[in-house]
Amino acid sequence: MQERLEDLVMECIREHLEASGSGAAVSVARGSALLGRDGLLDSIGLVTVIVSIEQRIEGEFGKHVTLADERAFSQRSSPFRTVGSLAEYAAGLLAAGD
Amino acid sequence: MTESAFPVTVVTGSRTGIGRHLAEHLLEQGHAVVGCSRQATDLAHARYLHVEADVADEAGARAVVGAARKTFGRLDNLVNNAGAAAMNHALLTPAAVVERLLQVNTLGTFLMSREAARVMMGAKRGRIVNFSTVAVPFHLAGEAAYVAAKAGVEALTRVLAQEFAPFGITVNAVGPGPMDTALTRGVPDDKLEALRARQAIHRSPTLADVAHVVDFLLHPSSGMVTGQVIYLGGA
Repeated sequence: MQERLEDLVMECIREHLEASGSGAAVSVARGSALLGRDGLLDSIGLVTVIVSIEQRIEGEFGKHVTLADERAFSQRSSPFRTVGSLAEYAAGLLAAGD
Repeated sequence: MTESAFPVTVVTGSRTGIGRHLAEHLLEQGHAVVGCSRQATDLAHARYLHVEADVADEAGARAVVGAARKTFGRLDNLVNNAGAAAMNHALLTPAAVVERLLQVNTLGTFLMSREAARVMMGAKRGRIVNFSTVAVPFHLAGEAAYVAAKAGVEALTRVLAQEFAPFGITVNAVGPGPMDTALTRGVPDDKLEALRARQAIHRSPTLADVAHVVDFLLHPSSGMVTGQVIYLGGA
């Protein structure tokens, strides 16, 4: 599931970058930073991508997950660091809902 | 499912009162309307879909917006009409009443707006119209909980206007004076008259007055109008 979620997260980010006109020049990988100076996204971009990931997960797995809640913000290391950490966090939420 | 050729509009609290009138009015204007209330409705129309749901419930709000998206393929407009009122001195108002007014008016508006915007943002356009009341600017004594809940709706209107603007979604509110609906039925006539006397125009708005402002705020050309509260009658 982790692998599929990594692909799903990357798809959502690529779609957002393409829609905002910066897609072709940017490489998106498991270790890519989401925010910050070298990050893929600005704050509105992160909001857009999180909504898109939640909707895609609901469509594909039939489950509603909330990625940005108190639990996410209280983690010792933020799930919103990289593509991989976000996919891992989403996989954990999905597994917990099983 | 194919994408609807007509505007798709959610109207909450569409079973009775202003919501019922707006649902019928928007159907006449050619919209597809998804209405909701906690009970079933007798409103029947080829472009009307009713969902029995409580907007103050997260799953309920999600169900209403999900029904619009699944049935009509998109969502253009949300009219957050569902509301509850109670007139009572603050010293005599139980916590349960305050909680219910905050839930239906404020939490319901928040949840419906959030769920609707999550669909609208994909299209980079959308209109949200909330409902306030002249009781807010008048700081109406006897309606502390209702005024607090609607003041919350006005604050949400302004903040959501900021947060949703990058996604092409406008958020505004209409604030009618007292009207003859279930919300004012228990209010004594002299209290209503005193309230009308404080307005610039000393009469109750008609359903057509309300529909006219909603039409304006939903109009595709109203894309620069956001974060506004329009009081009918002048407050």
